Amino acid sequence: MTTTLTMPEVAETVVEGTIARWLKNEGERVEEYEPLVEVVTDKVNIEVPSPASGVLSKILASVDEIVPIGAELAYIEEAAEAGAVVTAVREVAEAAGTRAAETAVSASTTTGGPSPAGDGGAPRLSPLVRRLAAEHGVDVTKVAGTGIGGRVRKQDILDFVAAQETAPATVSGDVEAPLSAVRATIARRMVLSSQEVPHAWTTMEVDVTGLVALREGARAHFLQTEGVNLTYLPFFIKAVVGALKEHPELNASWADGKITRKKEINIGIAVDRSEGLIVPVVRHADEKSVAGLAKELYGLIERARENKSTLDDVQGGTFTVNNTGAFGAILSMPIVNQPQAAILATEAIVKRAVVIGDGIAVRSMMNISISFDHRVLDGGQVGRFMQAVKRALESYSQETLVY
Amino acid sequence: MAEINVLQAVHDALEEEMARDERVILLGEDIGVMGGVFHTTDGLLEKFGEARVIDTPLAEAAISGVAVGASMNGLRPVAEFQFADFLYSAVDQIISEAAKMRYRTNGVQGCPVVFRAPYGGGSHGGPYHSQNVEGLFLGVPGLKVVTPATPYDAKGLLKAAIRDEDPVIFLEHKKTYRLIKGEVPDGDYLVRIGEAEVKRPGKHLTVVTYGLMVHYCLEAAEIVAGEGIDVEVVDLRTIKPLDEETVLGSVKKTSKALIVYEDNLTGGAGAEVAALIGQHIFEDLDGPVTRLASPDIPSMPFATPMEEFAMLDTPKIVTAIRDLAAY
Repeated sequence: MTTTLTMPEVAETVVEGTIARWLKNEGERVEEYEPLVEVVTDKVNIEVPSPASGVLSKILASVDEIVPIGAELAYIEEAAEAGAVVTAVREVAEAAGTRAAETAVSASTTTGGPSPAGDGGAPRLSPLVRRLAAEHGVDVTKVAGTGIGGRVRKQDILDFVAAQETAPATVSGDVEAPLSAVRATIARRMVLSSQEVPHAWTTMEVDVTGLVALREGARAHFLQTEGVNLTYLPFFIKAVVGALKEHPELNASWADGKITRKKEINIGIAVDRSEGLIVPVVRHADEKSVAGLAKELYGLIERARENKSTLDDVQGGTFTVNNTGAFGAILSMPIVNQPQAAILATEAIVKRAVVIGDGIAVRSMMNISISFDHRVLDGGQVGRFMQAVKRALESYSQETLVY
Repeated sequence: MAEINVLQAVHDALEEEMARDERVILLGEDIGVMGGVFHTTDGLLEKFGEARVIDTPLAEAAISGVAVGASMNGLRPVAEFQFADFLYSAVDQIISEAAKMRYRTNGVQGCPVVFRAPYGGGSHGGPYHSQNVEGLFLGVPGLKVVTPATPYDAKGLLKAAIRDEDPVIFLEHKKTYRLIKGEVPDGDYLVRIGEAEVKRPGKHLTVVTYGLMVHYCLEAAEIVAGEGIDVEVVDLRTIKPLDEETVLGSVKKTSKALIVYEDNLTGGAGAEVAALIGQHIFEDLDGPVTRLASPDIPSMPFATPMEEFAMLDTPKIVTAIRDLAAY
């Protein structure tokens, strides 16, 4: 019996995944629930377990191929022993044999061409085309077929590969950087967002002198008692969450021409990694203290940097905070993380001479910038939200409790 | 070098082998005084005498039986059958005795007989003078089956068959006899049994064939070459044992195989070649292994339009090549 491994549903907003690595080769034995393939999605890297015990008889999706949710990835032959002739192969052979006979018979009377596709409409590929595509990592669906009915033939694959090889006709010294699955995903999502979302931006200046004093005072004790460093980020999130409670229209999404206000407040945090950006999510951020947020952030960010984010870590975000200040930036214009409605950047905290009343004081100042989806929100709503964030950030003092 | 036809090549091979080895004898119907129905033995009776060129009664079972017996007594008989169709009368001696001799004597006793016969259609021979009999012998272990297509191969292979220590079915396509001419070197040479030859190199599609069809396939290859289809033509020359290396090597290169043979479709050389390819180089195939053969009808019709229907010809091969190339 043949069991088909399909691309699992990873999260509601994930529509496709990229094959990162097969953990088993064709012909190898695999046990039920044993990890079989690594898939990179918009959200996370997941290991997809085998749905059955048997032999991995046929891999249908090659590495770097982008596969929609529900599409077939592989066949597992349950009765077969490792290395045995497998059903998928047999089916192809039978199909080829049948057509050979038909062609031979018809040749002495009339001519009949073999059809390029099976009854299911999926492209029917010759063993050689499958092998060449796998060897060269070619996504056959991207190759223009010149065979009967558009069938992809050997020469089509070879031409495609040759074209790819000659394509980067570089000026001397230029090198084409390999495109990782994560990079490709980010590229796709960012293009989508920047093309689809009418972005608008606004920035406000915030006096965080009180917050700086609070954090400096609490930091050493916090590290000692809680074991994690107390950064500014949990304070920022706390302030944002409070403002979202006050202005729920920002905790919303646009999809299919509809605005959905989200009940949960789940804050995504942009985390920089060498592999590419990832956005883990603090769930139910409105139910957590600064200390609770700090500890949860520590775990989320650690896992993200070690490439070990779980699916739970990255899904369900309703609003994103991007701490661009970590790099010293003072003004950013981030791209909205669809389908969320807005993304807020917290910029660098810098000491500046500020006029207060009629005097000049040295204050710790910070800019907060927001990018928002103008389909969902107007400037007035966003301005009032930003004021609420500003108010919350400025209200921190040494008396504020972190617990 | 001289340009001769296939008839002449067969004649010369027989004459040279008889001159080279006095154990070589010929026997068959009308081969002596008349010089053979196709004159392949012209002049040999005069040259080598009655003891070595023997006119037999019209009894094919006797021809094959006598040949088997003579071979066991140290001679190297070449038994001629006027038409391959008549081999059916001789088949018991060939299959039950000749083919099994080496095996049942534990390798001691060979049976060095060549069973020569003109075969094939396209010459208006009708049901009893046109048949392709090779399929019958393919399933018989102990026999070799040789089917030359050119004068060079006919001469070299016949000499090799005569020198073989075991029985060889040597099938000469009668339409090639006078039609096909070619250069043949002066003096002695052999073509090894069991070796196919790439008669035309190409890169898009391999046609595996033998006998008269080699020439039709070469013609077809030239026609489709104008359309950008580069066909490789493999002449099996020996259909048993098959030259697996040459066939598989060619198809591995081109990724597509068309097997063209004049015998009826079912159970012939095409099935063996197709199975060989399917089993060993499945992963190299870019199209269905395809057979083009005569239809499964009992025998070659006599009426011209029906014979044309039954026989393969160049246009039919061209069509099959185009179909497979387009796949």
